[in-house]
Amino acid sequence: MSLSGFEVEVERTTASGLETEEMTLNMGPQHPSTHGVLRFVVKADGEVMREAIPDVGYLHRSIEKISEKVGYHGFMPYTDRVDYVAAMFCNQGWGMVCEKLAGIEVPKRGEYCRVIAAEFNRIASHLLSVGTMVLDIGAATPFFHAFREREKINDLLEELCGARLTYNYMRIGGVAWDLPPGFVEKSIAFLDAFEPLIDEYNDLITYNTIYLGRVADVAVISGPEAINYNLVGPNLRASGVKYDVRRDEPYSVYPELEFDVPVGTGEEGTVGDCFDRYIVRIREMQESCKILRQCFKQIPDGPVIAKVPRKFKPPAGDAYIRVESARGDMGWYAVSDGSEFPYRCKVRTGSFAAMAIIDKVSRGLMIADLVAVIASLDIVAPEVDR
Amino acid sequence: MSLINSMPEMVITAKADAFLNWTRKSSVWWMLFGLACCAIEMMQTQGPRADVDRFGTAPRAAPRQSDLMIVAGTLTLKMALRTKLLYEQMPEPRYVVSMGSCANCGGLFQLAYSVCDGVDKVIPVDVYIPGCPPRPEALTEGILKLQEKMMKEKWLVRKEAAGEPAAA
Amino acid sequence: MDAAAIHQRLKARLEANVGDCDLQAKDPFIRVEPAAILEVCRFLRDEPDLQFDVLSNETGVDYKAKGIIEVVYHLYSYPHRHALVLKVDAPRDNPVVPSVETVWKAANWLEREIYDLLGVTFEGHSDLRRLLMPEDWIGYPLRKDFVEPEEYHGISTRRESLLR
Repeated sequence: MSLSGFEVEVERTTASGLETEEMTLNMGPQHPSTHGVLRFVVKADGEVMREAIPDVGYLHRSIEKISEKVGYHGFMPYTDRVDYVAAMFCNQGWGMVCEKLAGIEVPKRGEYCRVIAAEFNRIASHLLSVGTMVLDIGAATPFFHAFREREKINDLLEELCGARLTYNYMRIGGVAWDLPPGFVEKSIAFLDAFEPLIDEYNDLITYNTIYLGRVADVAVISGPEAINYNLVGPNLRASGVKYDVRRDEPYSVYPELEFDVPVGTGEEGTVGDCFDRYIVRIREMQESCKILRQCFKQIPDGPVIAKVPRKFKPPAGDAYIRVESARGDMGWYAVSDGSEFPYRCKVRTGSFAAMAIIDKVSRGLMIADLVAVIASLDIVAPEVDR
Repeated sequence: MSLINSMPEMVITAKADAFLNWTRKSSVWWMLFGLACCAIEMMQTQGPRADVDRFGTAPRAAPRQSDLMIVAGTLTLKMALRTKLLYEQMPEPRYVVSMGSCANCGGLFQLAYSVCDGVDKVIPVDVYIPGCPPRPEALTEGILKLQEKMMKEKWLVRKEAAGEPAAA
Repeated sequence: MDAAAIHQRLKARLEANVGDCDLQAKDPFIRVEPAAILEVCRFLRDEPDLQFDVLSNETGVDYKAKGIIEVVYHLYSYPHRHALVLKVDAPRDNPVVPSVETVWKAANWLEREIYDLLGVTFEGHSDLRRLLMPEDWIGYPLRKDFVEPEEYHGISTRRESLLR
C-alpha cells in the first residue's frame, strides 16, 4: 500500500507556448491547522488550486457500531466524542431520540438545565471556532483571548457536571444532576463580564484590514447551493438562509425563549463568504448570552429527570430527531428492535456536508485560502469520521 | 571518533552530562499531533491559564523541527501507519508522550473495529498520561516527568561504566 | 402537508412503484421500489407545493434476519417546513440502489459512506469509493456478520482488555 501524496508529482502541459506544471501536494493528516486529522490532496498550478480532494477517515472510531454493543444508557459517554467541542448537543440529541422512541417526557426543570448547559457549550464552541480560525490565518493574540474565556466556561461546566470537555451530563429522560448552589450567581457574573468582551474581538480582529483581505469575498457559497449540499447551522445562515432548528422546528423549551437568528448580510464582501461565516458565529454568541439570562430567570422548580427503567427497552421502531448544535442541525436516527441494545444508530453531523463542499468551493482559490475555508466552515474531524 | 558513550564515569563527565541534559530539557519543542479530544485539552494547556510555555516548550508544525511528539487522541489503524512515518522523521533524541486513555490503550474505543489499541503498538513511548481527557495540570505533570527522565540520561559516559548494558 | 397527503400525491403521479405508507410509526414513512427512487425524489424536489429541497439524512440499515438492507431517506423542505421519510429495500446479497446524487448533492458523501460501511452499490454515483475505512480494507463493517480481522498491516488488533 503506498502512502501516495508524499511524492511530488509533476505534470507538464503546454498552453500558448508556455510550459506549465501541475503539482500534487499533500496536506495532512498531520498539519498545524487545528481542526483535527483531515487530509487534502491538492492539485495546484503554482499557488492556484485546481482541485482539493479531501481524504477522511483518520478518526473513524466506529462509534455507531459500538452503540450496538453497549446499550442505550451506556452509549451516552460515546456521544460526547462525536463532537467533543460541543458535546452537550450530542448528549441532548441522543437523549431526545431515545425519549422519542420510548415516549418519555422530560420534566420542565430538566429541559431548562439542558438548555443552560447547551447554550454555555455553544458559546464555548464558537469561541474555539473563532479563536482557531484567526490562529490559522495568522493572528495569534485573539486565540488566547478566546481561550481565556473558554477556561471560565469550562470552570462553570466543571462545577455543573464534573468534566471540562466530554461532559456526559445528560441522561435519557433529563439530566444527571441539578444546578449546584451558587451556579446561577456565578453564571450571571460571567455573562456580565463576557458580553462586553465580544466587542473586544471586533476591535482586535474583525474589522482589521489584513484579516478582511484574507476572508472577505473568499469561497462564496450561495443560498441554493448551500441547501443542495445540506450545509447547516452557521454555514447555512451565513449564506442568507434564515433557518434555525430552535426556532423553526422547536424542541425542548425554546418556544418560551426569545432570541434572534443572525444571518449573513455580506457586510464586508459577498453574502456567503468566509467573513459572513465568522461574523454569524460572533453574533450567535451574543444571542446565546440572551438565552441564558432568560433561562436563569424562568427556570422552575421540580425534578430534573423522568423515571426511566434501568433496562431501557423502547418498543421496536425507528425515530429521527434534529438538534441545533453549534455546528448546525445534527440529526440522530435510532432503530430499536425491542431489546436493550440499539439495532442501529446513525448521526448525521453538520461538518460532514461541509467537508463535501470544500472540493467544489476551492477551485480557483489559492492554497493559503484553503486553510481559511476549512476554518470558516468550522469543521471538526470527529464529526466527519465518527 | 565520537564522544558519545565513550568516557569513563568521572565528576567532569557527570557534570557535563547534567549540563547537556539541562539545556535539552529546558527547551522541549513538541510536534502538534492532536488527533481527537485530547488535542483540545492540549490547546488549553498551551492557553493562558495552564501555560506550558513557561517550561520552555513550544509547539512546532513539522516533525523535523521537534523533540517531542505528544500523541493526543485516538489512534485509528488508518492513522497508525502515518504515525510510524512521522516518528521516523523526527531527529534523535526524540521522545513520545502518550496522552489520554485512547493513546495509552485504546480507551473506551477498544470495542471498535478500526482503532489501534494504544500507540505503543507502533512506536516506543516514554511517558503515559492517563485521563479522558487529562486535565491541563496532568499534561503539565507529564511533561515535567519527561524532563526528569531526560535529566537522568547519560551521553558521555560509557554505558558499562554506568552499570547499564553495553550499547549494541 | 402531512405524510398521508404526500402519499396521495405520489400515488396519483407515479402509481406503480410507490408502496404503502406506514402512518403508525413514530415518523410515518413511505416505501418506494428501488427502481423508482430517482424519479420519486426528483418529483418531490421539483413539485411546487412539496419542494423537498434538502436531503437531511440517508442511512443504511442491515436487516440480516429479513435478508434486506434498507436505505432510509429523511427529506425536509425549508419553504414549507415539512418532513418526509422514504424507505427502499435492497436484497442483502447484491444490494444495488440508484443514486440520488443528481437530485441533491448532499447524497454524494452520504452514499459513499453507506457503500463503505454496508456494501450497497449506488448506480449512477459519480465517485463511489471508500470514504472512512482505508482503501485496502476488506469487508463491510456495519453488517451484522462482519468479523474483525486479526491484524492490519502488521498491527495486531487484539489486546488484553477488561471490556471484551
